[in-house]
Amino acid sequence: MNTPDHLRFTASHEWATEPADGIVTIGITDFAQDQLGDVVFVELPDVGRSLAAGEAAAVVESVKTASDIYAPLAGEVVEVNAALLDAPEAINTDAYGGGWLFRLRVADAGAWGGMLDAAGYAAVAEEG
Amino acid sequence: MRKTPLHDEHVALNARMVEFAGWHMPIQYPTGIPQEHLAVRQDAGMFDVSHMGQLRVLGPDATAFLSWATLNDPARLRPAQGQYSMLPNDRGGLIDDLYVYRDVDESFLVVANAANVGAVLAHLQALVEASPPGPFEAAVRDESDGWALLAIQGPTAATKVDRLVAADLTEVRKNRLIDTTLSGMPVRLARTGYTGEDGFEVFCRPVDAAAVWRLLLEAGVTPCGLGARDTLRLEAGFPLYGHELDAGSNPLCTPFAWVVKDKPVFGLDVMRRGECRRRLVGLVLEGRGIARDGYRVLDAEGRVLGRVTSGTVSPLTRMSIAMAWVDAEHATDGVRLSVEIRGQPVPATVTPPPFYRP
Repeated sequence: MNTPDHLRFTASHEWATEPADGIVTIGITDFAQDQLGDVVFVELPDVGRSLAAGEAAAVVESVKTASDIYAPLAGEVVEVNAALLDAPEAINTDAYGGGWLFRLRVADAGAWGGMLDAAGYAAVAEEG
Repeated sequence: MRKTPLHDEHVALNARMVEFAGWHMPIQYPTGIPQEHLAVRQDAGMFDVSHMGQLRVLGPDATAFLSWATLNDPARLRPAQGQYSMLPNDRGGLIDDLYVYRDVDESFLVVANAANVGAVLAHLQALVEASPPGPFEAAVRDESDGWALLAIQGPTAATKVDRLVAADLTEVRKNRLIDTTLSGMPVRLARTGYTGEDGFEVFCRPVDAAAVWRLLLEAGVTPCGLGARDTLRLEAGFPLYGHELDAGSNPLCTPFAWVVKDKPVFGLDVMRRGECRRRLVGLVLEGRGIARDGYRVLDAEGRVLGRVTSGTVSPLTRMSIAMAWVDAEHATDGVRLSVEIRGQPVPATVTPPPFYRP
């Protein structure tokens, strides 16, 4: 399972980068994109929207199903990956890079450390 | 779960396997549904459809019986010719949709959906004995275990199959059957399919299925799963029983009313008395969200007009397409409606299928 060590994860299959100047980048894991199959559509949150931790923030839709994406941390949306609107398949081909969904200015930078680390997430994902 | 004779081939190709109508079937290969869809539209793809049922209808009254039992007219078939048809119930709806092939004068092969084989067999066996206008001098039996079935579809399908078989396929017209050999193995080819593309359905002995599959693989035919089969048939505007058609849907209120021929048929009187208060339509949506089975169709005031039966985004055209049963008053080509996707109305235009013509 591809779970980079420098990221933190949620049990609902989101990843987040370590806060840099209070900003984190959010996406879905390689495991999640593989389960979803070919992504055909994404709905991204409005820039400026305030999200609570665990709040539904985006939708990733594949041929098979539509899946809600939750904010792993509380914060304000500062940027979205608009390239996904035309090329949502980047989520499948580059889940941890070009397939990022949105960036948050987090309310509490320390909360990131409380998310699952790579080993913790791998254990959760393998349990299904 | 039941396995087709090609089960191990799918597993060896790392297909994602799912349960479908009691069978363990490939939904997709690592290639992915969009690429499989494109292979069929631009080159050639193959599907294992061995889970479908084959019933034999045989006897002096076989034509008369199938003419009474099915909505299309088997009397119009010459030997070695097939037609799309439907099997009505006694309530103005359908037990299944079918392909009916005439082998020889009074012997037919009926291909039914995997989920409905038992119901189709039971209905035909009861109807053949029922009077009037029966009992008919005909027998109905299940030959499903005797056949493996592969569909090879796409613009290069005929060329690729032609190279492998003894017969010359250029003279085999649409809906015709031909018995020939493929690398020495007996096969029966039907020039038909469920994707809108040219191609063949290949009936072969279960024991030969894996060898046929591998020869086609070597010929450059892309393996495709049930996922692509569904996006392709929807784009081509074909119905899927259990979605567009079911026990309560009147085919006269659908784009497939052409199937119903003017002759006495079991259940047809009830069907004709039924009013089309709702109609089956095609929809093209704005944007790329998918209108999924069960989603509500709304008018401008937010009133519910009906429900989506199937929807997808075409990997070829990128259009979001769907079929839906809607109030007959709104079922006119060009009418603007909307589909409720995750609480939001998304504009949609009533558009006659097919959504793509090769």
